[in-house]
Amino acid sequence: MSDSLKLFIYLAIMILTTNGVRVLPLTLIRKPIKNRFIQSFLYYVPYVTLAVMTFPAIMEATQSPIAGLIALVAGVLAAFFGLGLLPVSIICCLVVFICETFLV
Amino acid sequence: MKDNSAFLKGMRDGLPIGLGYFAVSFSLGIIAKKGGLSPLLGFFSSLFTRASAGEYAGYSLIAAGASFWEMFIISVITNARYLLMNCALTQKFEESTKMIKRLLVGMCCTDEIFGISIAWPGKLKPKYTFGATVVAGPMWALGTALGIIAGSALPLRYVSALSVALYGMFLAIIIPPAKKDKAVTACVIAGFLFSYLFSVTPLLKEISSGTRTIILTIAISTVISLIKPVKVKEEEVAKNE
Repeated sequence: MSDSLKLFIYLAIMILTTNGVRVLPLTLIRKPIKNRFIQSFLYYVPYVTLAVMTFPAIMEATQSPIAGLIALVAGVLAAFFGLGLLPVSIICCLVVFICETFLV
Repeated sequence: MKDNSAFLKGMRDGLPIGLGYFAVSFSLGIIAKKGGLSPLLGFFSSLFTRASAGEYAGYSLIAAGASFWEMFIISVITNARYLLMNCALTQKFEESTKMIKRLLVGMCCTDEIFGISIAWPGKLKPKYTFGATVVAGPMWALGTALGIIAGSALPLRYVSALSVALYGMFLAIIIPPAKKDKAVTACVIAGFLFSYLFSVTPLLKEISSGTRTIILTIAISTVISLIKPVKVKEEEVAKNE
């Protein structure tokens, strides 16, 4: 098998599998779920997932873990006081940039 | 809200997501290059996949010359969180929403697009999700292509600063509801705490971050659902808005 054919197959598998996983629940569940436990579970899932993915990953993404931690605190405060997606993101980036001037 | 305004709102909210994507997908491009991808292949494979952990694993497997089966299994595992997320999403649709639109929304869902879609007040307008994706998706793909071209040309300091943009976005999604609802506060604190404990505890820290996300999401959501089930009435109110 040629290398470029092999590369195409790899990428096709990656694309089809990823999107297959995404659409599977949507083909299986079409009606509103009445069960209170499942309703609650699905309501809480996104918050837990995003929280789990944010920390400690934010400390591993930066050169200095402390800069990541300070960015986390700054981001939580900014979001707590009602700032939107873009301002909160920019604040986190700036905090890391400034902190790493001193920390790295 | 009219349908077009939902699309435009989506495009607006997609912009910060796209900017945040850029740093992440740029670093993906550096890995994709090791797998022998051209900038064009990087662009399109990234455009159609749009999964950070999934692509990271995928491009690494190509570079390592893994088998097709491994590619399949790792793609399922690294993306399994979308199974959970999109189960939640099924409850956001108007019952009349056509299957083709549901499937397209499902394919659009990355962690961030899912986050803003689930945060949409009341039932989801698919056009909102599409608007966000037409802006953020190409930026994600472009980042990968540029990563392949420019490699490590960007100074590390800038990459480091840009790489937290995604997390800032996550925070902007989870903190405002956590302020209003104590059960969501518990979700966020438990998420932070156990995720950290898993990353430092011997043996547990060997678990990949994708698997860690799945285990903790199921465990914490189950416990909080048992302690504090949502009031079904609130759902009805949201529906009528």
